[in-house]
Amino acid sequence: MNKRVTFDGKLLPYLLVAPQIAVTLAFFIWPSGQMLWQSVILEDAFGGNSRFVGFAHFAKLFGDAGYWDSVRLTMFFSFMVALGGLAISLLLATMADRIVRGATPYKAFLVWPYAVAPAVAGVLFGFIFNPAVGIAAWFLNKGIGYEFNYVINGNQALALVTIAACWNQISYNFLFFLAGLQLIPRSLIEAAAIDGAGVGRRFWTIIFPLLAPTAFFLLVVNIIYAFFGTFGVVDAMTKGGPAKATEIMVFKVYNDGFRGQDFGGSAAQSAILMLVVVALTVVQFRWIERRIQY
Amino acid sequence: MVENRPFLVFFSHLVVLLGIVIIAFPLWMTFVASTHDQVTMLRAPVPLWPGEHMLDNYRTVLLEGFGTGAARTPLYVSLLNSLAMALGVCVGKIAISIVAAYAIVYFRFPLRMTFFWMIFVTLMLPVEVRIVPTYQVVASLSMLDSYGGLIVPLIASATATFLFRQFFLSVPDELTEAARIDGAGPLRFFKDILLPMSRTSIAALFVIQFIYGWNQYLWPLLITTKEGFYTVVMTLSRQVNTVDAAPHWNWIMAMAMLAMLPPVLIVVFMQRLFVRGLVETEK
Repeated sequence: MNKRVTFDGKLLPYLLVAPQIAVTLAFFIWPSGQMLWQSVILEDAFGGNSRFVGFAHFAKLFGDAGYWDSVRLTMFFSFMVALGGLAISLLLATMADRIVRGATPYKAFLVWPYAVAPAVAGVLFGFIFNPAVGIAAWFLNKGIGYEFNYVINGNQALALVTIAACWNQISYNFLFFLAGLQLIPRSLIEAAAIDGAGVGRRFWTIIFPLLAPTAFFLLVVNIIYAFFGTFGVVDAMTKGGPAKATEIMVFKVYNDGFRGQDFGGSAAQSAILMLVVVALTVVQFRWIERRIQY
Repeated sequence: MVENRPFLVFFSHLVVLLGIVIIAFPLWMTFVASTHDQVTMLRAPVPLWPGEHMLDNYRTVLLEGFGTGAARTPLYVSLLNSLAMALGVCVGKIAISIVAAYAIVYFRFPLRMTFFWMIFVTLMLPVEVRIVPTYQVVASLSMLDSYGGLIVPLIASATATFLFRQFFLSVPDELTEAARIDGAGPLRFFKDILLPMSRTSIAALFVIQFIYGWNQYLWPLLITTKEGFYTVVMTLSRQVNTVDAAPHWNWIMAMAMLAMLPPVLIVVFMQRLFVRGLVETEK
């Protein structure tokens, strides 16, 4: 943690941390304090007057069925994004790991979706599933006779947002799974093979348990991504619609606060989301600490 | 390879190839759409093979723009904005993080740990949870619709600071001692020894942060209202959501291609640095 050899300096260290601390204070800590403050006061619509209202904004929020819909939706959505993304990338990583020689050129074709902005991913999937011209929508409607129109069907919109979010996150998961797989000693797997364990048995009794820490880490990262990183997907593809079917919590904060000008309600929602990030970050760091102790 | 089972190897190749094809399908359709004319792209099913209007479409989008009124800004403006923002965020983040990490590792001063925790806490305060108040701060500093407003609020970074801190802690103390014996002061040591040693970390971070900066969406959406400051991702999203009787899918998809191209090329061609940066920032 600490260096044995250090430099002396009275003013210099402060000058060195000053820019970082200034930006942190001005754009992170101060606004967050403001946010917490706004969540307990009521501001006059015409500015100026504001009075302390305690937990009134929270009480109103918790009494609002629409908010609980958004909470449930966000839980379900992030669960599906994490599960789908992890399952697909684990499959791809296990297969790529089997073909070590060819894995490197394959890797280039699997990592690029990471570089696509969530909002652009939303545009891409919105286009190929567009009810009028999208090739995938056309296939579903005309090809197999499944009526598909995500613009009016809420469940289909949610499914589409989930697919786009998973797609966006696959390369990240893939890289970490592949790295995890390549750290597993070959001798373990060979020993199991000599003892007569088949491919499936080896995967479930050796590879999968050894990969569990990686999977857990990725689970947390994916949940954080689904909660906060998917704003662009939703905004570019569905704008929270149809009929709020894809209004995840982050989108609701933006919509109520920035568009609806309901600062108090939006700030209360932000405060709750902040608790979520704090909890997830703590879990993530606890995990890292444990890994170091191995 | 544990055992020789050709079928399994074949099967593995098959699954990976299938995965690649499915993952690349949206990209292919986007590319194809950007090479046809508008009429072709309004008839379902749309073609699966590229057409002949590629150069035309890209030229129109890049140099002329489309849409009505202010929306008709040529895309090169947005591309330059995105580039400025991505580079600004990259350079700013790396610069302020490396010096902050240097101070925290190589000096003992009052409030050192306070600063460290203040930087750590930023991890828990993503812009998504402080949308309105951050907007108000930027507005009160009159930084709306400016490059400063796009860049500065995003350059504080706990991950970059931690990365450099981790790296500095692994630098042997003997090096510092030797430098001190030779009479090098703290700034000299930083410039001549630490900075050159951090080259790879800086490069890896640069790749990750460039993608991060280029792909920003919510932040520019909040603080820009003038087309002259829109980033390319924003412009694209706005064009898609413009209600139009006959949407110009060919142009929109050409825009999408141009919005994706720079970060995708960087990831593909700097794969090694990219993977390194990804893994290191998670430590």
